[in-house]
Amino acid sequence: MIEVRDLSKSYGDKRAVDHLSFTIEPGKVTGFLGPNGAGKSTTMRMILGLDRPDGGTATIAGRPYRDLSEPLRMVGALLEARAVHSGRTAYNHLLVLAQTQGLARKRVDEVIDLIGLREAANKRAGGFSLGMGQRLGLAAAMLGDPQVLILDEPVNGLDPEGIHWIRNLMKELATQGRTIFVSSHLMNEMAVTADHLIVIGRGQLIADCPTHEFIARSSEKSVRVAGPDLTRLEQIISAEGGKVTAGTDGALTVSDLEAPRIGELAAREGLVLHELTPQLASLEEAFMELTRGSVEYGTQAQGAADPNTKPAPAQARPR
Amino acid sequence: MTATMTDTKPAAPSGSGRSTTFSRLLLAEWTKLRSVRSTVWSLLLLVVLTLGFTALFTWLTVSQWDQSSKSQQQQFINDPVGLILGAGFQLSQLAICVLGVMVMASEYSTGMIRSSLLAVPKRTPMLLAKSVVFVALVFVVGVLTAFGSFFIGAPIVHSKAAVALGDPGVLRAVIGAGLYLAMLGLFALAVGAIIRHVAGAITGIIGFVLVLAPLAQLLPGNVGDHIHAYLPTEAGHLIAQSRPGPHDLLTPWQGFGVFSVWTAILLALAIWLLNRRDA
Repeated sequence: MIEVRDLSKSYGDKRAVDHLSFTIEPGKVTGFLGPNGAGKSTTMRMILGLDRPDGGTATIAGRPYRDLSEPLRMVGALLEARAVHSGRTAYNHLLVLAQTQGLARKRVDEVIDLIGLREAANKRAGGFSLGMGQRLGLAAAMLGDPQVLILDEPVNGLDPEGIHWIRNLMKELATQGRTIFVSSHLMNEMAVTADHLIVIGRGQLIADCPTHEFIARSSEKSVRVAGPDLTRLEQIISAEGGKVTAGTDGALTVSDLEAPRIGELAAREGLVLHELTPQLASLEEAFMELTRGSVEYGTQAQGAADPNTKPAPAQARPR
Repeated sequence: MTATMTDTKPAAPSGSGRSTTFSRLLLAEWTKLRSVRSTVWSLLLLVVLTLGFTALFTWLTVSQWDQSSKSQQQQFINDPVGLILGAGFQLSQLAICVLGVMVMASEYSTGMIRSSLLAVPKRTPMLLAKSVVFVALVFVVGVLTAFGSFFIGAPIVHSKAAVALGDPGVLRAVIGAGLYLAMLGLFALAVGAIIRHVAGAITGIIGFVLVLAPLAQLLPGNVGDHIHAYLPTEAGHLIAQSRPGPHDLLTPWQGFGVFSVWTAILLALAIWLLNRRDA
């Protein structure tokens, strides 16, 4: 179990993490969601004892990370930033870490096979691709067979097969009763992986609830309506209290009025309908709506590329 | 990539206790040192170049003997071992400064420090284990190189200035050369830990050890002599001379003591900063 209480951290004038409190329970995958720059990595680094908080506490199983005597046997972590000496082979990197925990060499070989690093084990880490680097980081995290896993953007740089693999891995580890805490800036990635969500923006807590609840709560329902006489349709829908926006493709988007009611209205007026489709706003849209006020590096023009978007592959957004 | 990972076995029960934990850190730091090719190559190169340069320097001294001044000849006869060892020092000092800085600063430049601190969140023991392993390695290599230099240099200069290991202060000077290099390695490691940037730390320490400190000899008067005498490396290398020179204010062991104090202060600063800073 991970407990964060009133955690704060500033860099100069900028508040990276602002009085954050939450608890991560074992036995499920908890997603840590927020736009880039929301403070996810900083929070994780404070939990792991790498950064010193300005205030508040972070504990794992009741103890600060710095007080754990063989931390890798209890907590496995994958950081976003590189954490391997480029001149050392993957095998030797894992061996160094194993030796600090008193783990046998055999465990290094086991983890290498487990993570699929066998072919690269004796190559120097400096030549690794992004994906291989992620796998080496995961191997290091799994080395001590820990009860708690803290993964910062683990799917970054992985191919579709790797993404699928790590999702199943996290779910399986959670089923075994472990605590899995995984961050992402992609709502859709979290929707298929996480059982529970912690959402932050500008270092502050926005939501802490089960994933399905978050989706239901933040998805705005609307109905798409099309027919030959859009003007009349708009009039009768508006008269009933529906909010109408005209789409660009000759259809209306109606909110605040449900599809069956719109159908009844059209039938009463004798209007022909070509389409009547209830719609859920996409998760990504819902997430953007929710965090709009808190996006650290917002873009002026909507739809322009966010300069801080991480190089996540397109496959990371399955729909 | 395997699809499942049901084969994670519970880790073997762990032994605990302070001493076993620290010996694990020593083993891990030793693995870190030996598993980076540049360390191994730098040390090999250091040995070969130092021995080669010692042979060259002593041979040149002997072959140019009649052209050199009386005072130079007197200096050589006064302390042959100091000059035999001193020849290779210029090179080995440089290599040890670079290596010492690299050992710690490369953890930062590569990001390895994050893995190191996740594995060993108590930072002071991590730095101490690294220091112990590196100092021990440099001492062994330094002493072996010093003996090698002595046994290459002494026969070459024999006709002009006979010197044997049993002469007063000679054995102490040869072992002292290894001690000096080991302390210099620790000094450089501390500088690397404080500055955390490879290039900056190397420039700083080499500028100080090879340029600024020797230049302090030119400071005028009694005050200048004292400043020069108490500079870390200038004081430290007295341990590698069999007999004090005419301007030396400190005895060999006093000099080494001064160097040790400087190094201890830097190491303490490095530990304090390591515990305070974000990794």
